Amino acid sequence: MCGIVGLFLKDKLLEPKLGGLLTEMLITMTDRGPDSAGIAIYGSDNGVDSKLTIQSDQADRDFATLVTDVSREIGSDVTLQRNDTHAVLGVASDKTELAREAIAKLRADVRIMSDGDAIEIYKEVGLPKDVAQRFQLSTMSGSHGIGHTRMATESAVTTDGAHPFSTGPDQCLVHNGSLSNHNNLRRKLCREGIRIESANDTEVGAAYLTWKMQEGATLGEALEASLEDLDGFFTFVVGTKDGFGVVRDPIACKPAVLAETDQYVAFGSEYRALVGLPRIESARVWEPEPATVYFWSH
Amino acid sequence: MLTYDLEADGLRGLNSSLQRQTIDTNQNNWEVVNPKGSHAIAVGLNAEIEVTVRGSTGYYCGGMNQQALIHVEGSVGPGVAENMMSGVIIVDGDASQYAGATGHGGLLVVKGNASSRCGISMKGIDIVVHGNIGHMSAFMAQAGNLVVCGDAGEALGDSLYEARLFVRGSVKSLGADCIEKGIRPEHTALLQDLLERAESDAKPADFKRYGSARQLYNFDVDRNMTY
Repeated sequence: MCGIVGLFLKDKLLEPKLGGLLTEMLITMTDRGPDSAGIAIYGSDNGVDSKLTIQSDQADRDFATLVTDVSREIGSDVTLQRNDTHAVLGVASDKTELAREAIAKLRADVRIMSDGDAIEIYKEVGLPKDVAQRFQLSTMSGSHGIGHTRMATESAVTTDGAHPFSTGPDQCLVHNGSLSNHNNLRRKLCREGIRIESANDTEVGAAYLTWKMQEGATLGEALEASLEDLDGFFTFVVGTKDGFGVVRDPIACKPAVLAETDQYVAFGSEYRALVGLPRIESARVWEPEPATVYFWSH
Repeated sequence: MLTYDLEADGLRGLNSSLQRQTIDTNQNNWEVVNPKGSHAIAVGLNAEIEVTVRGSTGYYCGGMNQQALIHVEGSVGPGVAENMMSGVIIVDGDASQYAGATGHGGLLVVKGNASSRCGISMKGIDIVVHGNIGHMSAFMAQAGNLVVCGDAGEALGDSLYEARLFVRGSVKSLGADCIEKGIRPEHTALLQDLLERAESDAKPADFKRYGSARQLYNFDVDRNMTY
């Protein structure tokens, strides 16, 4: 099954409430995906630093001297803000790749969830309410965010298998469904030099979009192309630094509901996920068409 | 009218209260408040009662209905009126996938649009959709009538048996073994009746009828690419 929620704010006044609204939506989707949960949140961009969200199962050990160690390795200041098993590293924008290499060299068990100017990703195994509590998702603010509750099919119930997946700066993707040509596509994308960390089918979907965009496609064009090249069932919700997109495969058996008001665009696997949103009664609510790309940007 | 607050009192209580009503009940009118997209609202009813749902529902609203009139003042999720036997279900808004699937009887009215697989494997139900329907609607439909006042999506009536399909607008494509057929006087009368009962002002003369070409009933090796 899996549950997806997404919220793209048009009204800046709602930004401090983004985490709270998304948390409520995420918990409502628990019975579609009780084994893991995750959220990608697009917060403030301070214009100077890039953010690397990292995770470790042994955070006390791995994060203790990480700032000093990475700073020394890349020859530039680094900041760290820990949040349970995750932390957000602030590094100079031109040092992101160096920082990635330094972390891989210095801390073998640290996973990099995302990098970019605005994106932060938090995901763990467990009930959505416990995951939300752990990271205090409800206190987060931002311009848009995407959440996922997972019922695993294509790979193990692990942190690596949880969604969202990020394979490019400020990009993320969540998925309800299953892809059937992911092994072949993973080999192809790895040959193209795209970074894929897990055995999960969805990560290949994310990597495919990243590859298309590196080749010059817009996100909309990349999503259009995915309809041709990805085989299987999917409802995808994707995020970029300033955008939010939805696409369903041509069979469209995985559920999806969109709602739009002058304050926000919201996505839910079911309408239930949207009932707590402001003035939902007067929103335009509809089911996205199969094989049709929907996209909004700030 | 009896009011049931779904948020306060829970789904099991609602369905057991409604299912307890029998032919001689005097509790004929119910309203359900705070549905908030919940699943399986008013399923398995078997009495001539009226249930009004004040808002939108999730999966399987009114499933297996017999005799009851269920009116949803909102939209419904997948599988509304699934396997309905008799009675009436009216949806003021839109319906998600497989509305009226496998329905044996009764009338389902969707005043907005219905999405994919509307009336899949219908077995005698009548379905009237005021708006459009999505792809693969009436797939393997066996009996009953599907009336669409708007347009139909791809592969309408694929592998159709004896259900009658009436569409006023365009049909994106017909499925395997589904063909256009003429409207005879008995079809006009049938449409007139269904449109009236569904509170649609559409005119029977504006519809086209589609049905089975009956070429796929038995396996034919020369048609093996069509199955």
